[in-house]
Amino acid sequence: MDALLPILYLIASVTFITGLKMLGSPKTARQGNLIAAGGMTVAIFGTIFLYKGHDGLPLHNIEWIIGALVVGTAIGWVMAMRVKMTGMPQMVSFFNGMGGACAALISLMEYKAYGGAAMPVGHSLATIAGLVIGSVSFSGSIIAFGKLEDRIGDIRYGAQKFVNNALLLGTLTIGGMVVAGNLPGFEIILILAGLALVYGVLFVLPIGGADMPVVISLLNSFTGVAAACGGFLYDNMVMLIGGILVGSAGTILTIVMTKAMNRSLANVLFSNFGGAQAASAAGGPAGTVREVSATDCAVMMAYAKQVVIVPGYGLAVAQAQHVCHQLEHELEEKGVTVKYAVHPVAGRMPGHMNVLLAEADVDYDKLVEMEEINPEFPTTDVVLVVGANDVVNPAAKTDPTSPIYGMPILDVEFAKQVVVMKRSMKAGYAGIENELFYRPNTAMLFGDAKATMSSLVSEIKAL
Amino acid sequence: MDPATLSLLYLVILMIFLGIELISHVPSVLHTPLMSGANAIHGVVIIGSIIVMGQANDTLSMILGFLAVILGTLNVVGGFVVTNRMLEMFKKRN
Repeated sequence: MDALLPILYLIASVTFITGLKMLGSPKTARQGNLIAAGGMTVAIFGTIFLYKGHDGLPLHNIEWIIGALVVGTAIGWVMAMRVKMTGMPQMVSFFNGMGGACAALISLMEYKAYGGAAMPVGHSLATIAGLVIGSVSFSGSIIAFGKLEDRIGDIRYGAQKFVNNALLLGTLTIGGMVVAGNLPGFEIILILAGLALVYGVLFVLPIGGADMPVVISLLNSFTGVAAACGGFLYDNMVMLIGGILVGSAGTILTIVMTKAMNRSLANVLFSNFGGAQAASAAGGPAGTVREVSATDCAVMMAYAKQVVIVPGYGLAVAQAQHVCHQLEHELEEKGVTVKYAVHPVAGRMPGHMNVLLAEADVDYDKLVEMEEINPEFPTTDVVLVVGANDVVNPAAKTDPTSPIYGMPILDVEFAKQVVVMKRSMKAGYAGIENELFYRPNTAMLFGDAKATMSSLVSEIKAL
Repeated sequence: MDPATLSLLYLVILMIFLGIELISHVPSVLHTPLMSGANAIHGVVIIGSIIVMGQANDTLSMILGFLAVILGTLNVVGGFVVTNRMLEMFKKRN
């Protein structure tokens, strides 16, 4: 019987690897997720009923463990089912924080169980690393959650980098001393956890809301490493494999995301993007913007051959994806070809826009990726940009001083007519002026995306 | 370094390369569900919380352990359910 649990762990590890692999392709993704979930269930129940400690005794408190599982499942299920598709990124961040907190608590209890007796160095290293990384991941994720919910703003001050680095250095030094056995006592462990929690908060506070996906992805891989620390503690292969796998995959995913924005990870984390404003404001675009009414815009689109909609962050914020689908439907009734141009980083996370539009029943074939849609713009009659800004900014191609220079963009400026739907003339999250708005073939349609789209729909219906 | 620790390190290194290999060629459309799925998988940390809870003897450890198992479950269940909901959106049309 004793050989059964390691075999169950082996099976679970294989499901994690297979599941993660299958998540990488649209056809197999859903199945992959279910397979990994199945493996997780096997590992959990195998542990509860088959695990034996070093003393050869099975686990006790089984009723409490099952009770906690039931409570956690109920809360987690309800939260996950209730959240709107637009709120997915912050939900992922929240659940990630829970995993981090779990890892930190495990380390606390492990320390407590030793009751002040000296730990072997390897054991102590895994415990402290799990505590520090788990705590940073927890508090950082909660701040990221708050930022995406628009409850927490960006907080920046002069000596921020210095304070953060000093705090990190302090935390690592104390952690190192504890591992080396120079600082005994449970109180010092609590102080260490506190420092790590504060660092997590301060680390995420200055980073802009639009960069949160990168931060969440990074904290995701942190939690993976914290879980792997638990694997070292208990010589538990499934924790080790699951944790390291996510730690490494999460790191690569983070880097891939920053590359899609043509920035480095360090640039996202440590440079406050708003700082670039001054440089581009100096050579600010000249000219005036042309405003268009919803009625005129409706007429333009209804008599076009092809309309391309460029959905952005603003569409997601205004929850306008359903109205957008309606607009597409009305235009098709009039014989207009409608396509969506989806930039790799549109929405709040890469791929988020595809999820949002899929939720609104937009046909998957209508979502065209950047490389394929770009050659089509010169033959497109009307491009409707909804709440997107930086991904259609020609400065990315023409202005080497621009912070987004080199980022691949949607070439909407080649279309016969561009209509930009925006709340106001305010610059995008990067704080960069957009020369596109001043082009002769561009017209601005100001207002809330959802309200404006609704009036476009009724105008087109009335035609 | 004893052989057991050494083989653990080998495993860690191989897993790092495997993780990189698994993710490197994924279309950006799937980044969000992928992140969410990976998030659910690191919920495996729950195994550790079950072990400490199952060996806890005093009240404080019991409370901390109970809390840890709840948080871990939130990570696992929430993570997989959210990922499944996102992927359902893609499935509808195929």
